[in-house]
Amino acid sequence: MTATIESGSLTGKDLHLSFGANRVLRGIDLHVERGTTASVIGPSGSGKSTLLRVLNRLIEPDRGDILLDGRSVLRDNPDELRRRIGMVFQQFNLFPHKTVVENVSLALRKLRGMPAGEAREAALSQLDLVGLKHKAEARPGDLSGGQQQRVAIARALAMDPEVMFFDEATSALDPELVKGVLALMADLATAGMTMVVVTHEMGFCRNVSDTVTFMDGGVVVETGPPAALFDDPQTPRLRSFLSDVL
Amino acid sequence: MDALEQLGKTFFDWQAMVAVLPDLLTVGLPNTIMLALASGIIGTVAGMILAVMGISRNRALRWLARTYTDIFRGLPAVVIILLIGLGLGPVLRELTGSTSPYPLGILALSLIASAYIGEIFRSGIQSVEKGQLEASRALGFSYSSSMQLVVIPQGVRRVLPALVNQFISLIKESSLVYFIGLVASERELFRVGNDAASNTGNLSPLIAAGIFYLCLTIPLTHLVNFIDTRLRVGARQKPEPDDLAAPVAQGART
Repeated sequence: MTATIESGSLTGKDLHLSFGANRVLRGIDLHVERGTTASVIGPSGSGKSTLLRVLNRLIEPDRGDILLDGRSVLRDNPDELRRRIGMVFQQFNLFPHKTVVENVSLALRKLRGMPAGEAREAALSQLDLVGLKHKAEARPGDLSGGQQQRVAIARALAMDPEVMFFDEATSALDPELVKGVLALMADLATAGMTMVVVTHEMGFCRNVSDTVTFMDGGVVVETGPPAALFDDPQTPRLRSFLSDVL
Repeated sequence: MDALEQLGKTFFDWQAMVAVLPDLLTVGLPNTIMLALASGIIGTVAGMILAVMGISRNRALRWLARTYTDIFRGLPAVVIILLIGLGLGPVLRELTGSTSPYPLGILALSLIASAYIGEIFRSGIQSVEKGQLEASRALGFSYSSSMQLVVIPQGVRRVLPALVNQFISLIKESSLVYFIGLVASERELFRVGNDAASNTGNLSPLIAAGIFYLCLTIPLTHLVNFIDTRLRVGARQKPEPDDLAAPVAQGART
């Protein structure tokens, strides 16, 4: 993978968020060490995806703090914070009116102010890393789901993020396409990227991640190394969740 | 047989048509195109502003756009043209010395067009999936950059057929400026045909004017169909096997 990853640690402290009377996050603490992968699992509606959006301030928390490399980022410009955190979505969310290479180079040109040619070269080499350089001129709609998701990963990586978020990145993929995307994520983890991965792929959690956090009802129920959580769940809620998904 | 001949004479008197042709070509056609084009451009720009106001997070802006749209979409075009043309005519004359009804005609048509086009743009912009804005914000783009670069281009593309339809109505509605009163050189297609019809007591010149309108609108109708088809074909998904999957890392095997 890339040799130049300069990742940082990420910490969420006592994060609260309500939509009206609906308390989505009720005091979440999450710490991801530099260069490690934290998986977040839990039933639908447990607040996992919302947690990611709060951590990069797509949604502002009602209370709590977010630290990147030990420094609070709540007072920073949220747009600048998001440039340091790459995000990959369940539905890919590539820009369908732009070609694959334009999807990857757009932020480089417009946010980094790179000249068009240079941004294009950078985008092409990023696409090469995910094995899709030959699709550079295609439109996202002409790619398979797995290819689209790899482009989405390249688009996020192009900004040299310090942390990567994956929000159920393989949930919308056909089963035979899941492996390629998970492999790419595993490569990234091995290369030393700090990652927060919301996922239903228990194999990935167990084999790739350094810590697993189980959320339910807007709180962290259990957290720890994967072996501990999977082999020796401490709470009835995690036990029943694992028996449902495994 | 007499009745048929009578009808043929009334509608398809070739000589009457040929006689009006020079005026239609040199006066009517350029004026109609000028009215429709100018109000089309102004209406599109103003419509985009209205659309962005209509989806703004600022309640006052939303209310303003809503009220404007309700009024100018809800009134008959001829009422707006008369009110603007006759009401503001003296003011314009005083300010600029111009007696041409064109600026006011274009203003009235633009006001109407912008209300419709604003709604067309707004519906297009709002039809873009929320994930697009989210993905763009997640990359680090501001709200306004995200709208400009990602959301609005997609929204506009989806409503191009409706937009062209609006241009077609604009070409037809431009005939209503004759209500404001036009001197000979300012006449657009309808007025040229209508004057000739009144002078000769024969409707053929009006038919000739009608044919000119069709020459303008029918190609646009086909353009709509063409865009529509292309948009649909372009949106088609082509699933294909993930042929070049990245090498599978040990840990990811599930």
